Amino acid sequence: MSGTPENIVRLDGVEKHFGAVRALDGVDLAVNAGECVGLVGHNGAGKSTLMNVLSGTTAPGAGVISLRGVDVTRGYSVATATTAGIRCVFQELSLCPNLTVAENARIMHSALSGFGWRRRAGALIIDQLDRIFPGHGIAAGDNVGDLSIARRQMVEIARAFSVTDTAAALVILDEPTSSLDAHVAAQLLAFVRDFVAAGGSCILISHLLGEIIDTADRIIVMRDGKVVAERAGSGFTRDSLVAAMGSVAKDDAAGRAAFASKRESGAPRVRAKPKAQTDGRDLVAHPGEIVGLAGLDGHGQKAMLLAIMGEGETGQGDVTVTGPLALVAGDRQNDGIFPLWSIARNTGIRSLRALRTGFLIDRKKEDALAEEWRERIGIRTPDVHNNILSLSGGNQQKALFARALASDAETVLMDDPMRGVDVGTKQEVYGMIREEAKGGRTFIWYTTEMDELDHCDHVYVFRDGRIVADLPRSELTEEKVLHSSFEEAKS
Amino acid sequence: MSHAPTADTGESLFARLTSPRVLRSILPAFSLVVILLAIFYLQPRAMSPIGLKLLFNLSVPIALATIAQMFVLCVNDLDLSIGAYVGFVVAVGATMLDGGIAALPALEGMLPDPVPWILTTPISGVIVLAAGIGVYALLGALIYIRDLPSIVVTLGMSFVWAGLAVLVLPTPGGSAPAFVRAVMTLSTPVVPFAIVALVIIAIVVHFGLMRTAYGAVIRGAGGNPRSVARAGWSLLKIKMVSFALAGFFGMLAGLALLGLTTAGDANIAVRYTLLSIAGAILGGSEFVGGRVSPIGAVIGAATLTLANSFLTFLKLNPDFQIGAQGAILIIILALRVLINRAEARR
Repeated sequence: MSGTPENIVRLDGVEKHFGAVRALDGVDLAVNAGECVGLVGHNGAGKSTLMNVLSGTTAPGAGVISLRGVDVTRGYSVATATTAGIRCVFQELSLCPNLTVAENARIMHSALSGFGWRRRAGALIIDQLDRIFPGHGIAAGDNVGDLSIARRQMVEIARAFSVTDTAAALVILDEPTSSLDAHVAAQLLAFVRDFVAAGGSCILISHLLGEIIDTADRIIVMRDGKVVAERAGSGFTRDSLVAAMGSVAKDDAAGRAAFASKRESGAPRVRAKPKAQTDGRDLVAHPGEIVGLAGLDGHGQKAMLLAIMGEGETGQGDVTVTGPLALVAGDRQNDGIFPLWSIARNTGIRSLRALRTGFLIDRKKEDALAEEWRERIGIRTPDVHNNILSLSGGNQQKALFARALASDAETVLMDDPMRGVDVGTKQEVYGMIREEAKGGRTFIWYTTEMDELDHCDHVYVFRDGRIVADLPRSELTEEKVLHSSFEEAKS
Repeated sequence: MSHAPTADTGESLFARLTSPRVLRSILPAFSLVVILLAIFYLQPRAMSPIGLKLLFNLSVPIALATIAQMFVLCVNDLDLSIGAYVGFVVAVGATMLDGGIAALPALEGMLPDPVPWILTTPISGVIVLAAGIGVYALLGALIYIRDLPSIVVTLGMSFVWAGLAVLVLPTPGGSAPAFVRAVMTLSTPVVPFAIVALVIIAIVVHFGLMRTAYGAVIRGAGGNPRSVARAGWSLLKIKMVSFALAGFFGMLAGLALLGLTTAGDANIAVRYTLLSIAGAILGGSEFVGGRVSPIGAVIGAATLTLANSFLTFLKLNPDFQIGAQGAILIIILALRVLINRAEARR
């Protein structure tokens, strides 16, 4: 059950649930010494959660973690992982920008202390940088905040491989090449092969499938919190990997056939080009249309929504919008609700102009509006004057939808609003969106869930801040979306 | 193997010396020199040792309070109670640290005769001051564990400290312990003691925070707490340590102030809260992100004190002095913004 000593790390039936979301749903995974394991999967497949479990920052809900054949599930923490030589390079950079390169090395290595630690820390990190990225041009005394993103990523990678008192046994790299140019990325992958040949282990997560196929000894495909395929790296092709990532057999041919474009007549309400777009492609949304923004999380979809929202702000690409806008936030706690306010006030805030009598907000109008939308969208509360936090997550999200739909907005932007919402609520809201679209409203919908794209008339797939595919409903398949999200290789 | 600095090749020495980073780091010292020269111009007699001593004397306690504030800024918090706390230290220093519990004005007339040793020992003062530092450490723990805004917690604490100070010393009075007075009236050859003290403070704190291994971790916790926690460090301990250090330097500020004034006053340091924040920011620290500079903080504190003297020498109507001091602050900070803009444009 708890593996063999060759297993640097082994997971058996590891589960992690966040409310209704099963981020990890019984994952078995073993990494042996001298092996590079590639990990791929679409949004929400559970890669990041798996990584957090391995690094000790998230405690699993169930299952067994063993290191070199020893069960360490109880009390598994960052300290356990560190002592075992498990290192992580997280996707969002985790260096301290106010410190120098050498000082950042110190943060990770508690052994770097006492007299002369700065010199030793500097030598350690620069030596490792020299080994992985010859010609990197980084000095130990440089402030990390002054370095380019690529160089910061190089420092972080080198730091993960650097060794003081405990050897680096397993290094987990989450999208390590995302901000590196092709030459530097190649340096890294070559180093990974050398590291593995010398007996180290790596887990490589990347959306560049070519990179994974070329580098990994074994590839694990995850979907919906489970491992769905596992084969030697040479056993996969790009196509078979993409196929493995998609869900089985669900093909909505009828929906595609019944599709009628709403683009034949009239001018578009929104026309926007991402800042990084180099070809002529742009995003277009017509009245009554539901437009989906797809692709891997963090590839420019949110920036696109914000650019549309802040229309006219310079430097955000070219955006033209006619008619008023409203945004439905996905990150409820940070971008959405006003936690001290009632449901009614949270609903009415986008429509204050319509709720005024003279200079003041008319509480009666506000209540009437909230009451109307409580009925229409089915917010489960006895009284709209209750605090917004008295609602469940799904109902809070409904209140945010009510805020946007009750407003005068002709175009509603949605920033992955269904994150962590239960299935029942989702279905109700989908129905609401379709109905509103029939009434002539335009929806621009960033979603990380493949199923939600089925509700869209038109889908734009984003990668590296650009639109890379433009699919009307009649041509939309999961495979096409996956293909565009995961590109072959860097240009 | 040697490494060229990040500055790309072909950059001239001049370009490197006028790079935003260098300009930003010399701005505090530059402001200090400009104000000092302006004072010398207005009042050439200030150029003597005794003149310098008078100019810089008051900046020692302000510099210590600024250092205290800087330790709190370093972990992304703000201490609005430092002034009241310094006042509390002054009150305790002028009473209990001098003549023990018996020196508390509230106990006058209630003491047995003869007064037993336990009531006159200054150890009680030492214990109270140590407890003050302990309270600071606990505030750090509270702010971290309950995720409270430090502004609210320390604003509340400022009333607590002020109240305690008034309880200890209801009316100005008491007297500074002999050793405190002795330290603050030390006379050093050539360079006045105040300047020597400022240099020592700057060097000690610079070494402790900017050069030691744990200092890097504390600053890292201000820059990216998540990354520091992921590396296995206890953020709770870091917060407690930096708040305790703030308490320690706040205590030194109070004692230094007491040594200069020789008698205590509970409300003597009310302005220190804002002065310490202004001094730290003037010296190049930032409100968030763990970007702090001990040397800059000391220079900033000295600049603020000198600005005050400068305005006095200008014979400006006292009604306008505080406003003029604010104007000097704004000018220096505006220069920094200009430098930052120049950097952003690059």
